[in-house]
Amino acid sequence: MFKRASIVAAAAAVVGIATGAQAATLDDVKARGVLHCIVNTGLPGFSYTDANGNWAGFDADMCRSVAAAVLGDGDKVKFIPATGKTRFTLLNSKEGDVIFRNTTWTFVRDVDVKLTFIHPTYYDGQGFIIRKSKGVKSAKELDGATVCIQTGTTTELNLADFFRANKIKYTPVPIEDSSEARKNYLADRCDAYTTDASGLAATRATFEKPSDHVILPEIISKEPLGPVVRHGDNQWEDIVRWAVFALIQAEESGVTAANADEMAKTPPNPDVARLLGAEGDLGAMLGLDKAWALRAIKARGNFGEIFESNLGTKTPIGLERGLNALYTAGGLQYAPPFR
Amino acid sequence: MTTTVDQGSATARGEPNVLLKLWRNKETRSVIIQIVTMALLFAFFAYIINNAVLNLQALGKTFSFDFLQEPASYDINQTLIEYTSRSSHARAMLVGILNTALVAFCGVILATILGFVLGVIRLSNNWLASRIVYVFIEFTRNVPVLLHILLIHGIMVHFLPLPKQAISVGDALFLSNRGVYAPRPEFLDGFGFTVAAFGIAVIAAVIFRRWAKKVQEDTGKIYPVFLICTGVIIGLPLIVFLISGSPLVWELPKMGRFNLQGGVMMLPEFLALWLALSFYTSAFIAEIVRSGIMAINKGQWEAAGALGIRRNRVLQLVIIPQALRVIIPPLASQYLNLTKNSSLAIAIGYMDIVATIGGITLMQTGKEMETMIIVLLIYLSFSLVISAFMNWYNKRIALVER
Repeated sequence: MFKRASIVAAAAAVVGIATGAQAATLDDVKARGVLHCIVNTGLPGFSYTDANGNWAGFDADMCRSVAAAVLGDGDKVKFIPATGKTRFTLLNSKEGDVIFRNTTWTFVRDVDVKLTFIHPTYYDGQGFIIRKSKGVKSAKELDGATVCIQTGTTTELNLADFFRANKIKYTPVPIEDSSEARKNYLADRCDAYTTDASGLAATRATFEKPSDHVILPEIISKEPLGPVVRHGDNQWEDIVRWAVFALIQAEESGVTAANADEMAKTPPNPDVARLLGAEGDLGAMLGLDKAWALRAIKARGNFGEIFESNLGTKTPIGLERGLNALYTAGGLQYAPPFR
Repeated sequence: MTTTVDQGSATARGEPNVLLKLWRNKETRSVIIQIVTMALLFAFFAYIINNAVLNLQALGKTFSFDFLQEPASYDINQTLIEYTSRSSHARAMLVGILNTALVAFCGVILATILGFVLGVIRLSNNWLASRIVYVFIEFTRNVPVLLHILLIHGIMVHFLPLPKQAISVGDALFLSNRGVYAPRPEFLDGFGFTVAAFGIAVIAAVIFRRWAKKVQEDTGKIYPVFLICTGVIIGLPLIVFLISGSPLVWELPKMGRFNLQGGVMMLPEFLALWLALSFYTSAFIAEIVRSGIMAINKGQWEAAGALGIRRNRVLQLVIIPQALRVIIPPLASQYLNLTKNSSLAIAIGYMDIVATIGGITLMQTGKEMETMIIVLLIYLSFSLVISAFMNWYNKRIALVER
């Protein structure tokens, strides 16, 4: 009898641990008091450590907004730098709660790798950068060239497809992370460097003489980049998704970090009232409090503010909003209604 | 009646006694401990595997190796067999295995040669030579091998010139930061004769060597076997080659728009990994060789010297054969280390097995468990093959007791 009981106990323990994998991420984060956020090891403009050693960038700021919504403080974030190769393993092994690491939404990753993609926070496409002195005007002239790529990313596959489709040859140089890739490109180990166009602009901004390098006109792929969570935890998925939508809706409704408190007290319309928790209780439906979206917006500003302060035309990276403008301004960023 | 009661109580009391007896017996106790340990070990592995299976299920992931048949869709810059981005993941894995095998094989050879030379020089009476080697060994083996790899790769990429200004050696060999280019031999019709001549020369050399050995044993007369053998092996094919009209041309690397084209190319990543692994391991091998030679009794040197044998012949005929018995076992473990250290290739982007199946394939398919199991098994088989070979060699040279 004792033996059987112990077997049952052991089996229960095993099952208990296994089902533990499905336990609510929200509870874990609240219990821990810190949001574990998986970011790039170093991509200027998106996630990088600034001169003071603090994490900065578009992705890092989005993380802080989520932390503010969930934990009440945008600084309660632990950043976990990951390469293209390690990010999904870190997420699935619960080292991190969410990936904010310019990750492309693809079919296989969504369906087969069992990830849940939230929303493309940045619509991007893959391009090439090359020295002006090489005299190349189009990516189709790259026959015989050596090309640096970040290994383990979708860019690697796009590159193979692009060269095969155009029947030209190249030598790939696979590199682990973006800063190493930059070094190799600058040492002229490769003629061209390929990654997402936003990444190219960010990389070029860090060069000593950015004008010596040209980004080729071809964009060879669609790269919708956005946050990722584990499959199977719908509550956590909803929280991250609606935190991002709150930032987008805030931009549309004209709520900024500066005027958010004011707007919450005297909402100009019912939409803003519901968003900022002055009316109804959307927060409770997510398992959060009323002021969740207010805090998310106050942390680093609305979607537009985060974009402009990290990537916009006034920064060294100097990216236009383009596809990432609100739908009202001809872009693709559109938040479903808060009701 | 009383007797039966007694018997009953005896067995009732006897049972713990039997267990206690078994426990007190040294042999049975050892058996019990082994059984319990095995049971615990099995339980542990069962728990781990069960946990993995359940967690995979919880994530909704399946465990299957079907992905190996799918097209890999990525390109590899160094392929010893034909490979395109349309080839399967299994093919990409094979390319990775061959690349690992190539760097491990080249590394073992260079490390052994360097290690033996350094080890012998380290013992030399020449103060300067011995000190220089001492400094080299201490520097090399006390710096992590990853730093060696990054250092050599960095030097090649940053300090070697661009392909257009490549350093050329006799307009045939080109050194650039994109790699080292050498002419590629192209064999024309009739080259078969030269190959045949080479085969005949090798057979002739082997026969001559046996004969010379017999003559030496019978009469004591020594022929310059080494000189004659090399002469035959090089000379005969060369003569045939010239007579058949030199049926061989060299394809020289030429500058294309971006890179040198044609010829044979060695990537800086391969060179850096190869040299770094070889230098690092050679330092350990040098110390192993030194310890092996020093393990031989000084009396052996003196006895051989007393017979009038020159110092370098003593080393070759008396000391090294005995030293090998001390050298081989630790040497085998150095070979294993070198092979396993080659997995650091990922740091500089050499497309070995970790970078192909354990890297890009893993990322593109999300099959962490399956790919890691494959990588693990491949390294295990590499190591087992090396161990088996070294054990065989060790037995062959072991002291034969008479």
